[in-house]
Amino acid sequence: MNEITESRKPPVATTGILGWLRMNLFSNWINSLISLFVLYILIQFVPWILNWTIFAADFKYNFNGEQIINREMCSRVLDPENGGACWAIIYVRFYQFMYGFYPRDEVWRVNLSYAMLVVAVVPLLFDKFPFRKHFLKFTYIFPIIAFFLLNGGFGLESVSTNKWGGLLVTLVLGCTGIALAFPLGIVLALGRRSNLPVISTMCTLFIEFIRGVPLITLLFFGMVMLPLFLPEGVNMDGLARVLVAVTLFQSAYMAEVIRGGLQAIPQGQYEAARSIGLSYWQMNMKVVLPQAIRISIPSIVNTSIGLFKDTTLVIIVGLLDLLGIGRGALADTTWLGLAYEVYFFVSLVFFIFTFAMSRYSLYLEKKLKTGINMGAD
Amino acid sequence: MSEDSIISLQNVNKWFGDFHVLKDVDLEVKKKERIVVCGPSGSGKSTMIRCINRLEEHQEGTIIVDGIELTGNLKNIDSVRKEVGMVFQQFNLFPHLSVKENITLAPIWVKKMPKAEAEELAMQQLEIVKIPEQADKYPGQLSGGQQQRVAIARSLAMKPNIMLFDEPTSALDPEMIKEVLDVMIDLAEGGMTMIVVTHEMGFAKTVADRMVFMDEGRIVEQAVPEKFFNNPESDRTKLFLSQILNH
Repeated sequence: MNEITESRKPPVATTGILGWLRMNLFSNWINSLISLFVLYILIQFVPWILNWTIFAADFKYNFNGEQIINREMCSRVLDPENGGACWAIIYVRFYQFMYGFYPRDEVWRVNLSYAMLVVAVVPLLFDKFPFRKHFLKFTYIFPIIAFFLLNGGFGLESVSTNKWGGLLVTLVLGCTGIALAFPLGIVLALGRRSNLPVISTMCTLFIEFIRGVPLITLLFFGMVMLPLFLPEGVNMDGLARVLVAVTLFQSAYMAEVIRGGLQAIPQGQYEAARSIGLSYWQMNMKVVLPQAIRISIPSIVNTSIGLFKDTTLVIIVGLLDLLGIGRGALADTTWLGLAYEVYFFVSLVFFIFTFAMSRYSLYLEKKLKTGINMGAD
Repeated sequence: MSEDSIISLQNVNKWFGDFHVLKDVDLEVKKKERIVVCGPSGSGKSTMIRCINRLEEHQEGTIIVDGIELTGNLKNIDSVRKEVGMVFQQFNLFPHLSVKENITLAPIWVKKMPKAEAEELAMQQLEIVKIPEQADKYPGQLSGGQQQRVAIARSLAMKPNIMLFDEPTSALDPEMIKEVLDVMIDLAEGGMTMIVVTHEMGFAKTVADRMVFMDEGRIVEQAVPEKFFNNPESDRTKLFLSQILNH
């Protein structure tokens, strides 16, 4: 009787590397053909890309061992056949890419802000972080500290925002836009679903108007028209005006994403919350929104990644973000023609941030799925 | 409204769009009285009890619960909801909160109870529904019967004077119905005022002080269980009973 109940190992052909290859790459002749084709492309291009970006590339010195100070000294200009990328342009202008035209004596303030950003954000992202509660207090006050640190005040020399640039501007726009748009989006989403017609109409109009207009238009609006709405004598900073536009834009998208999550919450949750006496705000804060936001995480991250990349549009209104600095570098006659390197580098920096965001959202989805079985009723 | 009524519905009418779902409903419930409401589906049973804690709004007539009249006044609605507990067919536990957090939520936020005290209270309620060992699990990890008992504990934690049950066992597998009904019987024996919409006639016979039969939005017949089951007056009641008792 024992033989019947004993479990056996699966057949050898379906396990191990060979089994995996057979199941995933060579299960039928079409798949085999596609697999071979992809393999051919990889063999053709991967070594070439690695060679160009790393092995044959110049970093600080060219193949003669001289330090590169202009385009004529790049190996790939001297020897187009064998030379790889000339990263010297990035090396020489690295400061600008990171900080723009921020005064060198004051740059520790930017570095300190970057470091504090990490301390503020990491505990926010991982709920198992030790002493998270105390770190989160810092997260709340971080924006204020960072504002004074970067902008000046309390004895620090004032650094006008038109000197800011590069990654600094990209991060300020991206982080502030996402951080401010999130609560604003929640309020708009709840407002659109409100039973009070005045509130829901206002929120709907706002969302639809903002979503119906390209970000560039809003940026122009922020730059040109926003000052007209301000009382006379009040001069609003250029970066701040762009931030208003970016935040409004993002909040409209965030509102729609969160509204989608809200629609997935069954009526019974509202009724149960009401029946135990929770008020409207308690019901939303404690019962409805935690579930709705959880459902919307992939879309929230998606729009956030979108915004992070869309910040490059600020070049139109004269702010020099990472891409803007890159274009400035290309316009420099000493480095003319090194577009591959500059765009590759800018893409890589954007990719690092957006890829991290995307992996984080996957991690979060997985964790929430295994931690709490929301699907079971 | 008689002197000792804790719930009083007078001439209540309600429409869903054009559909007249409650027609001139009158119902008086005394303190500690156990009422079982039955009737065919669509007869307005659920709607009637949902009006009692204002999950539905009635359009005509008066509803007075524990001396508070239910009107558009939000303050009144809030105080009534603190007095009235409700258990739903689909449990409606909060899936993102643990069992304990489900129960402590309202005491902490509505009654401003300190967390430690609320947790102690939650454990007491879980003892009452006989699943203290599940306190740290999430609703999705529990069986339907266990979830419904947590839902009862969640309502009881607000110390309501009145409990409403809206078909509490209809979504359960047969072997789990008894564990929920046992909890409800304990509750009834403890002197809770209860209105129960259910098709569990065995439960009705043991627990109910009065049976209410509804059909097409009206209360057709009210009687003590013995009379209701053995000698019903209306033909519709007879037909209904013959259908659900002889299957």
